[in-house]
Amino acid sequence: MEQKKYWKGLEELHDTKGHQEIVKNEFREELPFDENESLLNATTPRRDFLKYLGFTTAAATIAASCEIPVKKAIPYVNKPEEITPGVPNYYASTYAVDGEFVPVVVKTREGRPIKIEGNTLSSVTGGATTAKVQAAVLSLYDVARLRYPTINGTETTWAELDKQVKAALGALGGQPVVLLTSTILSPSTKKVIGEFLAKYPGSRHVTYDAVSYSGMLLANEAAYGKRVLPSYHFENAKTIVSLGADFLGTWLSPAEFAKQYGATRKINAAKPEMSKHFHFESMMSLTGANADERFTHKPSETGAVALALYNAVNGGAVSGIADKRLADGITKAARALKASQGKALVVSGSNDVNVQLIVNAINNLVGANGTTIDWAVTSNYRQGIDGDMAQLVNDLNAGSIGALFIHGVNPVYDYFDAKRFADGLKKAKLTVSFNDRKDETTELVKYAAPDHHFLESWGDAEGKTGYFSFTQPTIAPLFKTRAFEDSLLSWSGNTTNWVDYLKNEWIAKLGGQEAWDKALQDGVIEPTTAPALAGAAFTGDVAAATAKISSAKKGGKFELVLYEKVAIGNGKLANNPWLQEMPDPITRSTWDNYACVSNTLAKTFNEELGDDYEINADKKVLKIKANGKEIELPLLIVPGIHPEVIAIAVGYGRSLNAGRAAGNIGKNAYPFVSYNGQTFDYFAADAAVEATGATYQIGLTQTHNSYEGRPIIKETTLEEFIKNPKEVNEDRAELSKYGADFRSDATLYPNYPYPGIKWGMSIDLNTCFGCGACVVACTAENNVPVVGKEQVIKAHEMHWLRIDRYFSGDENNPEVVFQPMLCQHCDNAPCENVCPVAATNHSSEGINQMAYNRCIGTRYCANNCPYKVRRFNWRDWNGADSFENNLYDVADMNDNLTRMVLNPDVVVRSRGVMEKCSFCVQRLQDAKLTAKKEGRPVKDGEAKTACQQACAADAIVFGNVNDKDSRIYQVRTQEQQDRLYYVLEETHTLPSINYLAKIRNKDAAPKAEAGHHEAAHHG
Amino acid sequence: MYRRVSIRLRKQFVSVLILCAGLVLSVSTAQAADPNKGKTLFQQNCASCHNVHKKVTGPALKDVESRWADKKLLHQWIHNSAAVLATGDQYANNLYKEYNNQAMPAFPSFSDADIEDILAFIAVESTKGPGGPKTDAGPQGAASAEGSDNSLLFGIITLILAIVALILMQINSNLNKLAADKDGVATPEPVPFYRNKAYIALAIVVLFIVGGYFTINGAIGLGRQQNYMPEQPIHYSHKVHAGINQINCLYCHAGAEKSKHAMIPSENICMNCHKSISTYSGPDLFTAEGKKINGTAEIQKLYDYVGWDADQQKYTKPGKPIEWTKIHNLPDHVYFNHSQHVVAGKQQCQTCHGAIQDMDEVHQFADLSMGWCINCHRTTKVQFADNKYYSIFEKFHQDVKAGRIDSVTVEMVGGTECQKCHY
Repeated sequence: MEQKKYWKGLEELHDTKGHQEIVKNEFREELPFDENESLLNATTPRRDFLKYLGFTTAAATIAASCEIPVKKAIPYVNKPEEITPGVPNYYASTYAVDGEFVPVVVKTREGRPIKIEGNTLSSVTGGATTAKVQAAVLSLYDVARLRYPTINGTETTWAELDKQVKAALGALGGQPVVLLTSTILSPSTKKVIGEFLAKYPGSRHVTYDAVSYSGMLLANEAAYGKRVLPSYHFENAKTIVSLGADFLGTWLSPAEFAKQYGATRKINAAKPEMSKHFHFESMMSLTGANADERFTHKPSETGAVALALYNAVNGGAVSGIADKRLADGITKAARALKASQGKALVVSGSNDVNVQLIVNAINNLVGANGTTIDWAVTSNYRQGIDGDMAQLVNDLNAGSIGALFIHGVNPVYDYFDAKRFADGLKKAKLTVSFNDRKDETTELVKYAAPDHHFLESWGDAEGKTGYFSFTQPTIAPLFKTRAFEDSLLSWSGNTTNWVDYLKNEWIAKLGGQEAWDKALQDGVIEPTTAPALAGAAFTGDVAAATAKISSAKKGGKFELVLYEKVAIGNGKLANNPWLQEMPDPITRSTWDNYACVSNTLAKTFNEELGDDYEINADKKVLKIKANGKEIELPLLIVPGIHPEVIAIAVGYGRSLNAGRAAGNIGKNAYPFVSYNGQTFDYFAADAAVEATGATYQIGLTQTHNSYEGRPIIKETTLEEFIKNPKEVNEDRAELSKYGADFRSDATLYPNYPYPGIKWGMSIDLNTCFGCGACVVACTAENNVPVVGKEQVIKAHEMHWLRIDRYFSGDENNPEVVFQPMLCQHCDNAPCENVCPVAATNHSSEGINQMAYNRCIGTRYCANNCPYKVRRFNWRDWNGADSFENNLYDVADMNDNLTRMVLNPDVVVRSRGVMEKCSFCVQRLQDAKLTAKKEGRPVKDGEAKTACQQACAADAIVFGNVNDKDSRIYQVRTQEQQDRLYYVLEETHTLPSINYLAKIRNKDAAPKAEAGHHEAAHHG
Repeated sequence: MYRRVSIRLRKQFVSVLILCAGLVLSVSTAQAADPNKGKTLFQQNCASCHNVHKKVTGPALKDVESRWADKKLLHQWIHNSAAVLATGDQYANNLYKEYNNQAMPAFPSFSDADIEDILAFIAVESTKGPGGPKTDAGPQGAASAEGSDNSLLFGIITLILAIVALILMQINSNLNKLAADKDGVATPEPVPFYRNKAYIALAIVVLFIVGGYFTINGAIGLGRQQNYMPEQPIHYSHKVHAGINQINCLYCHAGAEKSKHAMIPSENICMNCHKSISTYSGPDLFTAEGKKINGTAEIQKLYDYVGWDADQQKYTKPGKPIEWTKIHNLPDHVYFNHSQHVVAGKQQCQTCHGAIQDMDEVHQFADLSMGWCINCHRTTKVQFADNKYYSIFEKFHQDVKAGRIDSVTVEMVGGTECQKCHY
């Protein structure tokens, strides 16, 4: 098979001079003394060397000869029965933030939550998590959280606050009370809210979602008479068409959908079938990157595309689409949808009622209702109606609202007309915020009554009708906060506290304490037998919607589209350094938002794809005007984005009060949202762009760690795979020239035996969608430090596991493949041979071990690693050094509060040592110890790595290769022999991680589509 | 330094021998009611609620047999008090009411012989009166200088000999000079020894070697604290608890079986027994410096910490934790798991902690250096045949069967690899 050319960025594709330079220089800096220019320029660095040597020797002597500190061992006075120091406890809970529903299990050590995993008992998510869920545990220890109730910003007691709020409520004089919240999934909380509002006639509860799904809710009401969201079943779909719905990254319930979608992408030679996924979008989303066929259009054309697809499915021809490629794509998608009648699904990310109505109509035509869309079990993921919010802002400005209670929303930041909301807010007599920090909205209210973090709370959540998940405290409240429900109960004169209220509610429902205890232990309650999938009768007015879409105003020269980043989302979790540092799956940038533009558009701003693009952090700053607003943002070239579209992520530009990580990073893009009289539009059809001449640095990770064009990805098409499954690995035949057994015959070294366990991992490129949940899971599990933007620019990021994103094919319409890259634990490891102090060596279980306390920091190992997975501690990120003021702290990661999130079973590394993936050795050791204590061998699946556990699509299989019954053994020897390959296998590094070749479900073979760029590159 | 260790090991060996002998003896003489065996049973099962002379949670047990009309009924009561209460026995029901309707837990596992042993122990104790016999043993061990160190002696002798040698050499050279003068041979003026280059060179070499030896040993020892014996907030004697009273280590250090930490017991564990044991009646206690310790006052310190009022038999103040000084400290980069060694490895506490049952004040027995760990891992055999975990090591099993190896050490299953302890 001809090897395609893969590139991480355009500079690699064009092999610019700058790129060649950076590839040649392994490390970005010559010497680590980057603060001191004079040292480098000095004529006699020998003297400086001697000075440094003298100082270090003297300092080390002084530090070492200090007296050994006296340590105390302080036991409990009365030890709680369930706590054994050193042994973790697990509590079932629920991540239900802004309507996202992920049942989780929280690991606590000595009473501190330190890690979140998915709850496998939930049939909704099946144990899947996302990057946001994984990072939520860090938000608990956020130093920017409000620590006590305040009145006008000054600390007060709860008693005083209650007194004043009650008095103010009594003095409203009949004016209504409005409770403004984000989507609430908890039925009990809703009951509390109902009881509270019932005390004040004319009051109402307004649900406001920062990123709204109002269009879908209203379209469903119009089409099916129900203002709800159905349950989607991607796993039943053979053809999936997404009109800009980023269902693997941000749309509704990405953990759930990734799990379902992943099931349709698992493939082997015995079962060579998979779903076909068409994607139509304006920018490059994570889901689009995973599509089999992807087409771009302008955001103003969304309606036209939906309409054309409807007509095509309905037997008509595609009309009204100027772009030929797009029109052909629609025809093809329509054909595929019709061919898989009853096994097809169309989803749309549009917030336009008419577009969503057309999508409903298409789904009705292709028989999705009752097969891939379930109306029997509906989902509660988003409930906000944009009209309600707009009405509230009007009422506030009219002065007709007496009291405004705000919970979990931040309209002063994320409402498109924030100033108008802020003005209206001032007119309300009583303003109370329950938000966890002094955010933009809370700053303006009189009373702040901070709610607990969800890991400190009691609660329930009904993600889907009949599918409940519970929340229980995993730690006592860290601060003087109070449950939102407790505040409401107390102000409505109910003396029951929230815990008892919730308990009574559920004990009555379940019929006893025992059932309640079990519910808390399991975390979920679900129907004993899942209700059969049901359809619904479509009664929507397609003609009216068509008319409205056709009359919509046409876009201008440039169009603007707003999107959510996979990690930061709507901006609520912006003060989470783990999420800020997680490279965006597509752009591979950290700590910023920017204007994503195509290569074509970038050229009009004289941004040359020369030496200084992507190699240097400086990016040209653009001024973008739309809807009467303007912001300045650096441009970032993203291959595959529509040439006339600029995409900007929301969730940035928070005020400094939101926290050090979120504050003053990027720009707020919400002002570009507009209200069309019915719903919010997250695009601007007419935008003006101009260059400002300024530059701005962006922390991109994409050019770090180059393979210098060596082939490390293997892929084929479904058609070819069915024809000849062996073709993917034809090049492996070359290895046989070294002898019958490549492992032992192709080397001079002896073949070491692995007498007991031999750990191995398999990563399926077909089900890795690049979402980054594993990256954050690894960070949380292994105390991986956060380095901040400045250091990311210097290529000092510390992630043990990175997800490499490669483009291939046409640079304007590239194909994307994601490859998680971590230490390959080579059995013939190049790093081990070059370590002068044997700090890295091999274990009898096949683990490439790294002894930090032995490492002297020569970095020879990193230099010799062909996979570029070793990370050097250029600074003291974690406070592990003996010298106190040596610390390099970004975003309060070393505050005593934040440090509570550290995993006590993993050491924090000090400055000057190398580190890398350990295969989560602490988990392996723990599983082995449990087995040893019980006198039995380790069972398959008992030892899981953090990345494996976090993966929603189960792309990672891990286990003991010596165990013939293990999954990993089955995968390697039976299920996936045809797709299995090792990266850089021919160099005889003998990795312990194998990859499974990616298979695209597209018609043409890669050769046929090969453009001039992917010319001769043979493996 | 090393000598001391070997002495301790020997001592420990002897104590283990005595312990074994005691065990064998107690097993072989289990026929008649044995107050000694009864004492153990009493301390393990009864002492948390009963005292012989004092009313605590349960009644004082002095002359308990005479209070019960029927010895069979008493046996039944101990086996299962609830059953006796159910029969409507007057005495039993009165007793139950007197103690706030708090039933005595059932002890179904006791054999009749066990109960007889306990009763025998109570009978013996009843005759003694409160406080128990006093012993007047002086501070032991501290005075008896254990085999004085010879190296000092050798050092002194070496020094004296060196001085003698020096003097002799001086005399020799002086005589030579005199002889030469006499013969009229011109000899250069002798240099005094402190300016003699040969002497100076020799001195430098000696200094370098000796200095180097101490520097390197000192550097290796940095951060180590073998024999560390800090003063603790309460003079808690392991000798009294684990030695004399034979309390199982795991009763207090329950974590050693379950967790990486052995766990310093929480105060509620202390109070399980010390609710009823408020006075100290064992042999006199002394600190390492020879200061006499009042055991009862030390127990009172515990009460002050937990807020227990011994007279009223209830907690009157909120408790506060005891800040013990940690003796065994490992560096942060070392992962050590107690349960691994105790449960999977079946190691005795004494292997690493020394003869803890003989220590009034605990000191760090081993140096806890990496070499010390590794040496043990190299020589210790794993439970290869018994623990099914090792069934996966097929090759070693074959080797054992074929007689190529006779056992499998920790090292052979990877126990000396870096990432077994450093991660």
